[in-house]
Amino acid sequence: MFTHTVAGTRYHFRDLATLLARATPARSGDALAGLAAASAEERVAAQMALAELPLRSIVAQPPVPYEHDEVTRLICDGHDTAAFAPVAHLTVGDFRDWLLRYDTDEPTLAALAPGITPEVAAAVSKLMRVQDLVLVARKCRVVTKFRSTIGLAGRLSTRLQPNHPTDDPRGIGAAILDGLLLGSGDAVIGVNPATDDPASVATLLAMLDELRERYAIPTQSCVLAHVTTALEVMRRGAPVDLVFQSVAGTEAANRSFGVSLALLDEAHDAVRALGRAPAGGNVMYFETGQGSALSAGAHEGLDQQTCEARAYAVARRYRPLLVNTVVGFIGPEYLYDGKQILRAALEDHFCGKLMGLPMGCDVCYTNHAEADQDDVDVILALLGAAGVSYIMGVPGADDVMLHYQSTSFHDALYLRQALGRRPAPEFEGWLERMGITDGGGRLRPAREARLLGGAARAE
Amino acid sequence: MALPEPSDPWAPLRALTPARIGLGAAGVSQPTGAQLAFQLAHARARDAVHHAFGPSSLLHALGSAGRPAVVVASEAADRATYLRRPDLGRRLSPESRARLDALGHAARDRWDAAFVIADGLSALAAERHALPLLERMLARADTAGWRIAPIVVAHQARVALGDEIGAALGVPLIAVLIGERPGLSSPDSLGVYLTWEPRPGRSDSERNCISNVRPDGLSADAAGARLWYLMREARRRQLTGVALKDESAIARLE
Repeated sequence: MFTHTVAGTRYHFRDLATLLARATPARSGDALAGLAAASAEERVAAQMALAELPLRSIVAQPPVPYEHDEVTRLICDGHDTAAFAPVAHLTVGDFRDWLLRYDTDEPTLAALAPGITPEVAAAVSKLMRVQDLVLVARKCRVVTKFRSTIGLAGRLSTRLQPNHPTDDPRGIGAAILDGLLLGSGDAVIGVNPATDDPASVATLLAMLDELRERYAIPTQSCVLAHVTTALEVMRRGAPVDLVFQSVAGTEAANRSFGVSLALLDEAHDAVRALGRAPAGGNVMYFETGQGSALSAGAHEGLDQQTCEARAYAVARRYRPLLVNTVVGFIGPEYLYDGKQILRAALEDHFCGKLMGLPMGCDVCYTNHAEADQDDVDVILALLGAAGVSYIMGVPGADDVMLHYQSTSFHDALYLRQALGRRPAPEFEGWLERMGITDGGGRLRPAREARLLGGAARAE
Repeated sequence: MALPEPSDPWAPLRALTPARIGLGAAGVSQPTGAQLAFQLAHARARDAVHHAFGPSSLLHALGSAGRPAVVVASEAADRATYLRRPDLGRRLSPESRARLDALGHAARDRWDAAFVIADGLSALAAERHALPLLERMLARADTAGWRIAPIVVAHQARVALGDEIGAALGVPLIAVLIGERPGLSSPDSLGVYLTWEPRPGRSDSERNCISNVRPDGLSADAAGARLWYLMREARRRQLTGVALKDESAIARLE
C-alpha cells in the first residue's frame, strides 16, 4: 500500500502495479484497462509517491508474481546486482536526477544497463519529461553488428521494409531497388510476409539472399515470419540471417503470440548454428509495442508502458541485432493521438536503451488515430535527437500490405540531413561505390539510370 | 522550350507493386506531386473515419421493398468515445437492447438469420456498399425460403455488437456488414462477418470474414455468392469459424 497527500487529499495506491499505472502520463490504453489515474491530480500524486520509492524496493517486489510468470523469473534470476549496486540506494526521483547529471556519462550508463530491470526503467520514465527522455537516451550507446554495424555515434540506420500484398517477389524486389537507391536498408532488409507459409517464406529468403549477394550489399535480410516458421525453413536449409519475433512483457501475452522463452532459446541456437554472422555478431530481431499485452487480455494488471519495458527483458536475453517498438500501429484505443504516440515512442526508446538494447522505432499510425505526417516528422526529430539506432523505410510511407503509415525512405534522408547523421559505415561505403551517393552523402542524380538499367538487364 | 521527357525507368517496376515507388526527390524530400497525392489519400481516409452514419436512404430503400428495419446504437455515444473504447462499441445501449429483446421475445425461433448494417470504422462503406450486397442476399434467402429477421441498422458499432444483437433476437445465424478501417487506397471497404449462434463472448476465430467488398475490390455479386455459400454451410454444419473457412476455400477452388 502506498499513499500520498496533496493539499489535504490522501491518495491510496493498493500495490506497485497500481502506483505505476496511476503515475503513467495519460494514454487511452490504460483508461481502456481501467488502470489510469482518475484525475490529473491523482496522476501527479502517484508520481510524487513513486519519486520517493527506493529502487531497491521496486526490484524486490515484482508486480507480476514470480511463480506465475516466466518473464518475471527471467527478470529476477537474471538481475545483475553488481551493476545495479551504484544506484541501488537511490529513490526513483533521485535516480532521475542522477541520470541527468553531467558525470553520468556513456561508460557509466553502459556499465549500469545489466542492472536495470524493466520496472525500474519504466518507473523513472514516468517521472521524466520528453526532454529528459531525449537527454538520457542519447548518452546510452548500444552497438551491434552483423554485416553492418548499427548504433555508432553519428549514424542513423534504416530497415528497408518492401512489403507486398501477396508476397510477389518481383514486387518486393522493385520496392527494395527503390529503397536502396534512396540510401535505405543498412539495418536490415526486412519483409513482413502476407502469409506465414514456410514455402513462400523460403522463396522470399532465397530471393533476398540472392539480391544481397549479387550487389554485395553489406546488410542483413529477414522475413518477419513467426519463429516456428523460421525454425521450419532453417531445417529446410533456407538462408536465414536473423530470426524475428514479436514479443511482449508477460508470459501470457507471449503465449498468445505462440512463443515462450524455451522456443526463443531453440530458435536462437538454431540461427547461431548456421554461422552466417561474424564471430560475436548479433542474430535476433524483435518487435514490441505498447498495448499488445492488453489486447491479448494478458496485461496482468500492469499499465501498458511497464508491460512494454518487460518485453525488453525478453529481448535482452538474446543480445539482439535489432529491437524496435512499433509505436502507433495498434490503434487509438491504446495511443489515441500524435501526442500520446510521441510520448510512447520516446519512453520506449529510452527504456530500451537504458536496458542496453539497440533500439529503433517504427514511427507509425493508423487512419483511425488522431495523427498525421506532421506528427511523424516531430517524433522523428525527437527520436533522432535522442539517438535512435534505426527507423523504418517504407515506399512513400504507405505500407500496402499492413495498411498503416510508417516512415518513408525520404523521411530517413530528412533526418540524416537535418541532424547530420550518416548510414552505417559499411553501407555508406557501398552507397558510394555503387554511385548512389557522393562523398558528402548526397544522392547522385544519375543513380537511377545506372542501376535501373542494370536491373532491367537482369530481369 | 520544353525538352522531351526522358523515358521513365520506373514505369515497368511500378507495374509490379501498388507501393509508392519511384517518387523522385527534391533534395532528399518527396516532390510536391507525390506529397499531395499522399495527403489526399490520407484526407479521404480520415473523412471516412469521421463521417457520421446517415442511413436514411438505406432505410428508405428497405421500406420501399417492404422490409422491416430497426435502428440501434452501441454504448459508445460519439465517435471520439467509439475510437477510444472498442468495448463500448460491442455493447448495445440499454434502450436498443430493450427494443431488440422485445422483438426477439415476440418472435423467438421464428427466424433463420439476421443481417446487421453497421458503420464500423467507415460509415461511407456502409452507406455505399451495404445495400447492393444485402439486396442480393435477401433475394437468395427468399428463394430458398429462409425467414430473415428485421434488418438491424447499427450506429457506432464494432463487429461483436452482432453477438448481442443476435442473442437478443434469438437467431441462429447473423451476418454483420460493417465498414472496415479505411486504408490509403480504399476509404470505403465493406467487411462481412458471419457468426453461428451469436452470443456475447464469441471470438474472432468463431466467425467467417469476407473483406474488401467494394466496386474496385470484391464486387457485390462475388461477395454475395461467397456469403450465401457460407450461410448455407453454416446452417448445414451448425458452425462458423476456422473449420468452415478451410472447406469453403477448397470449394471456391473447385
